[in-house]
Amino acid sequence: MKYIDEYRDEHIAQSLAAQIARRTTRPWNLMEICGGQTHTIMKYGLDELIPARIRLVHGPGCPVCVTPIEVVDKAIEIASRADVTFASYGDMLRVPGSHSNLLRVKAAGGDVRIVYSPMEAVKLARALPERQVVFFGIGFETTAPPNAMAVWEARREGLDNFSMLVSHVLVPPAIRLLLGSPHNQVQGFIAPGHVCTVMGYWQYETLCRDFHVPIVVGGFEPADLLEAVDMLVAQLEEGRAVVENQYVRSVRYEGNVVAQRIVEQVLEVCDRKWRGIGVIPQSGLRLREEFAAYDAERIFGVGEMTAEEPAECISAEVLQGLKRPTDCPVFGVACTPENPMGAPMVSAEGACAAYYRYRRHSIQPSEVA
Amino acid sequence: MRGERRSIAEMVCPAPLPAGDQVLLGHGSGGKLSAELIHDVFLAAFDNPILARMDDQAIVSINGLRLAFTTDTFVVKPLFFPGGDIGSLAVHGTVNDLAMGGAQPLFLSVAFIIEEGLPMETLRRVAASLRQAASQAGVQVVTGDTKVVEKGSGDGLFINTSGIGVVADGIQLSADRSRPGDRVLLSGSIGEHGIAILAKREGLEFDTPLESDSAALHTLVAAMLAASPDIRCLRDPTRGGLSSTLNEFASQAQVGIEIDERAILVREEVKGACEMLGLDPLYVANEGKLVAIVAPDAADRVLAAMRRHPLGAEARIIGSVTASHPRLVTMRTTVGPARIVDMLAGDQLPRIC
Repeated sequence: MKYIDEYRDEHIAQSLAAQIARRTTRPWNLMEICGGQTHTIMKYGLDELIPARIRLVHGPGCPVCVTPIEVVDKAIEIASRADVTFASYGDMLRVPGSHSNLLRVKAAGGDVRIVYSPMEAVKLARALPERQVVFFGIGFETTAPPNAMAVWEARREGLDNFSMLVSHVLVPPAIRLLLGSPHNQVQGFIAPGHVCTVMGYWQYETLCRDFHVPIVVGGFEPADLLEAVDMLVAQLEEGRAVVENQYVRSVRYEGNVVAQRIVEQVLEVCDRKWRGIGVIPQSGLRLREEFAAYDAERIFGVGEMTAEEPAECISAEVLQGLKRPTDCPVFGVACTPENPMGAPMVSAEGACAAYYRYRRHSIQPSEVA
Repeated sequence: MRGERRSIAEMVCPAPLPAGDQVLLGHGSGGKLSAELIHDVFLAAFDNPILARMDDQAIVSINGLRLAFTTDTFVVKPLFFPGGDIGSLAVHGTVNDLAMGGAQPLFLSVAFIIEEGLPMETLRRVAASLRQAASQAGVQVVTGDTKVVEKGSGDGLFINTSGIGVVADGIQLSADRSRPGDRVLLSGSIGEHGIAILAKREGLEFDTPLESDSAALHTLVAAMLAASPDIRCLRDPTRGGLSSTLNEFASQAQVGIEIDERAILVREEVKGACEMLGLDPLYVANEGKLVAIVAPDAADRVLAAMRRHPLGAEARIIGSVTASHPRLVTMRTTVGPARIVDMLAGDQLPRIC
């Protein structure tokens, strides 16, 4: 398949890996932010291709994993109502809240539906005027434009039975938090290509300057990630710290300005809690006041719901890249995708799930640390 | 956490999914939850040596005649899809379960569970398609049943078929016969049935229309068995896809399986749809493909026989059985390193981005 096969080619991958090996003179810790990138690294075994001195640590960029437990509880509360049709991306359905998950709400008779786009939820609202259709609007900057567009479209059409449960998160504030931590070991970042397709990469320049850390915008295929690692290692070895763009076939400096405009019209920046990490200032998006009529939290009165985040295994350290999934005493034993003890084991993009699914045969806990 | 380390016993679990008090859709996915359900509820209730073999069909002996017996229920939505419909599928599914035991399929029963309000024309079309598929496969529908349930108690139409066939002497196919060194053969490209259904359901369109691969495989199996008796076992990778079938083989025979990603054929349309929807074709259903574990010396002969048959024209050797990592399936990826091909817990859930 064009634009896919060439990025999964063995010879291209091997030659990029050899180039990284030639450049590397000492150990470097690099973090890929996005769960999709973690998934590719584990699925194709890219960490086995590159020199052992390059350590890839996995960032907090799985939107499913960082959605706070009380938001999942709110979704469960709303979806359990008899008058609600609750629409969500598929992988949110298995995420545990305090006591249940959306798959169980569905099994108990709740009208929970998997959709591939928020516009499908708008379509449902049109088709089911007697029901309240609620879309679970989560994710990073990538999914913000379609979610904003869906709310905007619902208002344009005067649909009064559509609303959204919004829990959006933003990447740059999370990187800032990680870099400001006294425990930080990350020396270079692979920024998420999809997020930057929407937002551009100008936002990352201040991070490079403030912390003297190189950032390379990377794609999601094996060759993309190896090239991004190569670009980061080149910067580190030469003592440079700037933003570079590996994912040129998708990302422009200014991003998708039209998409940014619709987000600005409908959503505004707010403080946001991240599961496993806590509140990060100015790291989220919520509906603007003029779209309050589409805010499911207000419509269903769940805004005040809170939940105690239980101490989940070592997911906080995993999500901050301080530890690897295999450092956890319950990894693969008490904690598996069927019985997840923490969020990173739930989603296919979670770091723990990626390790478990693709690599548990070759990783011994003692090898990583 | 954050400094203080809790012991495992003290750890609070957010809300794991001990598959316990409630049946979830995932219990019907063909993945780990299905396997648990069958083991904990049904094997526990009906345990006997024939059932315990856990093959797609039971082989029973009556007065020296070896009979294969199987049953399958079809709940596909939509009822009509590119490349088939619930009627043809109900024939192919059961014929194939018999064929995977090396049987010559002979007779079928058909039971219809119809939801009140189903258009009569729909039922006629399904019946006509079922009859045509049966006659093409050389099997006869010899008994049946009809039930009508109230509106809301079913989803249009469910069909159950059971089948009987005869197994020739000397044919002995069962997953636990696999040995290290055996080759793994796959009869063609994967994922077409699942994606054709999904595309129809979700309104996806392709430049070239993608059809389900639904087909009766017993003549292909007969050609393979004629080429060599050293076929260890056969299975059609339906629900749960190729990965579930390989994992079943590995766990039943207590062996490891190694496959090569580059040997597995996936059509462009299937690849494209999977990329778009965040699905892995290894977990997508097939209805006209089979996987064979074959003794190393016989592999080339069996492969040649498959390729001479229209339903096996694209057959390939995709891997081999190994003594290392028992019960695990690994795959050499397109870029080189190997990874695990796991059985999914439940249904494959489309990813957010």
